[in-house]
Amino acid sequence: MTTDPPRTAGQSHGAFKARIATALRNPILQVALDRNHERRVAGRDLAFAALPAAEATRDRGRAIRLETLSHLDCYLERFAASVERNGGRVHWAADAAEAQQIILDLVQAAAGRRPPGRTTPLLVAKSKSMMSEEIELNHALEAEGIRVVETDLGEFIVQLRGEPPAHLITPAVHLRREEVSALFAERFGMAPTLDVAHMTALARAELRRVFFSADVGISGVNFGVAETGTLALITNEGNGRLCTTVPPVHIALMGLERLVPTLADLEVMLRLLPRSATAQKITSYVSLLSGPRRAFEPDGPEELHVVLVDNGRARMLGGALAEALLCIRCGACLNVCPVFTEIGGHAYGSPYGGPIGSVVSAGLFGSDFSELANASTLCGACRDICPVRIDIPTMLLVVRGQHVAAGLPPAWLRLGLRAWEWVMAQPGRYRLAQRAAALATGLLGRGNWVRRLPPPLNAWTDRRDFPAFAARPFRDRWKIRAAGKAKSD
Amino acid sequence: MPTASPKRVQLFVTCIIDALFPDVGEAAVRLLEHAGVEVDFPEAQTCCGQPGYNGGFRKEARRLALHFLDVFERSADPIVTPSGSCAAMIVHGYLDLFRDDPPNRARAKALAARTFELSQFLLDELRLAPDQVAGASPFRGRVAYHPSCHLLRGLGVRQAPERLLAAVPGVELRPLPQAAECCGFGGLFAVKYGDLSAAMLDNKLAGVRASDAETLVSADMSCLLHLQGGLRRDGSTVRCLHLAQVLAPAE
Repeated sequence: MTTDPPRTAGQSHGAFKARIATALRNPILQVALDRNHERRVAGRDLAFAALPAAEATRDRGRAIRLETLSHLDCYLERFAASVERNGGRVHWAADAAEAQQIILDLVQAAAGRRPPGRTTPLLVAKSKSMMSEEIELNHALEAEGIRVVETDLGEFIVQLRGEPPAHLITPAVHLRREEVSALFAERFGMAPTLDVAHMTALARAELRRVFFSADVGISGVNFGVAETGTLALITNEGNGRLCTTVPPVHIALMGLERLVPTLADLEVMLRLLPRSATAQKITSYVSLLSGPRRAFEPDGPEELHVVLVDNGRARMLGGALAEALLCIRCGACLNVCPVFTEIGGHAYGSPYGGPIGSVVSAGLFGSDFSELANASTLCGACRDICPVRIDIPTMLLVVRGQHVAAGLPPAWLRLGLRAWEWVMAQPGRYRLAQRAAALATGLLGRGNWVRRLPPPLNAWTDRRDFPAFAARPFRDRWKIRAAGKAKSD
Repeated sequence: MPTASPKRVQLFVTCIIDALFPDVGEAAVRLLEHAGVEVDFPEAQTCCGQPGYNGGFRKEARRLALHFLDVFERSADPIVTPSGSCAAMIVHGYLDLFRDDPPNRARAKALAARTFELSQFLLDELRLAPDQVAGASPFRGRVAYHPSCHLLRGLGVRQAPERLLAAVPGVELRPLPQAAECCGFGGLFAVKYGDLSAAMLDNKLAGVRASDAETLVSADMSCLLHLQGGLRRDGSTVRCLHLAQVLAPAE
């Protein structure tokens, strides 16, 4: 099993702040994230402008997801029955450890399908799956001597670098072509080049060998269709299709909320997801997988396994963060987020970063991750762009409420907010506090602005002046004015 | 000022304007009166509760929201506030705060229906023409407008402030690059994540420089507190003014 420290180790406010500081000082990251923001948001807006009845389609998408979640038990039953009817096998995993064990057993069992005499380690070809990141699958498999190769180009790159993906859709969003070139030069002896086509061809040649010698293909699932048991995979590189059809065993890994009721519903999602994610009308590959290879079919896996993972979702569905389970993992809220655009995905220290990730992480992994929700200005750009209209800012506020209820904010903040409430609850106290603040900032400041405040308010004055409180606040001026008016009447 | 149909409002001045920028409150009063609106200032008002609400201190925020309801329910007049952020708190935030408290949620809903941000009230509610509101302003200069997130996306007020600015004879309106992007204030965020807030501020100020404006205008003093604080630190001569200060007639 994995020997890495548990993921919760780095989630304190201090550790998060340190990762943010590192990100802000990384010039390569800053360039890469600015480009991502400009390109993706403008592209997404154009793609939706060209979609007839775009807003109605978003409403429809939300309605479909709401319907799915409100009868999730029924749709899960129907989906599982449909998968089995198609000849696939369904496995239920309550948590990450169970999911790891199920997959480990399946991969080890695939050894039985090997040609006799092959002694190389078991090989898994993986196409992109955020669930596999969530359950830290690669670590678990590698700890048992299994070789796992990520075949999505971005995932391939970050795996070579020993990093987790930095974004739901574009795992290598934190890198420029220069970094990839240096990596390939180091790992494959590639001659220096910035030609993306050349680098892609090199990766393709490497991956080709993996596809055709893999014992098992593991993929994620964008949507499972309850009525037909269809697994929909939406990709641009074709690696998903190879992972799911060439190796003798295909294991599909999905969160148990990732369903739509019917193929007609899937069609609505196919209009929303590529446009939101990559500004495409449709991706290069849309694979609809309906079971293992049948006798009359030329290719496809001998076995198909669908692993449905709960890992906190059922609990989340019954709570105040349920709306976040509507998410279709398009990543648009990451691209538009001014905070994500400053710090990138790794700073969050969770497989799910950005606005929706801050909610989902707290929902799935608990209050160890609730600090992430504080790193937001609640600007609302995420809510505006979400294809299924998740009210992310309100969800972030729910997480903040849970954070406070768990007693996690620092003492200065707890005391400060209580004092503020005590003062503001009563106009007389408020007026008195105003006088005190005017006196204090008058002493601290030169002219009308203060250049330095004591901790923790120095976090403000490190970059900004702060205005002195008015010696005569508005309410006093109003009284004087009212008195003057009364006289003149 | 005598008008055919006198209209009265309750001014919620906001604690930031009351305590830090009282000139803005006075400008809002002048602007409303010039538009033929009689202004009342309920003196028991304090803070809408947003800092607590945004910080996750819901219990504390609820207490202040109840105080707000008590104070502003005493009159049936509309509530007008020169802040998109505080208006959004009353219009949307209270409904969320009282989601498990139906009686107070009903009170909040009733109050939300008659609460308006200043520019929204003048143009969308009173349906005044922009030059009726802003035509008497003596202001002159190159202006860039920063749409605050809570006014733009929270309340969906997308055009009123710029339509009003365009009606000031002396205003030369300059486009602000990436105008709709957050300035990085975010309340407690600016202290808890000071360097991140500062990085977002730097982006916004780069846009302000590129706009070549002399004055940066917004309908939220919280954003301007942060933006003016940064501009001063940079030694910039750009000054920040609330929309009401640019639109209002001379004292």
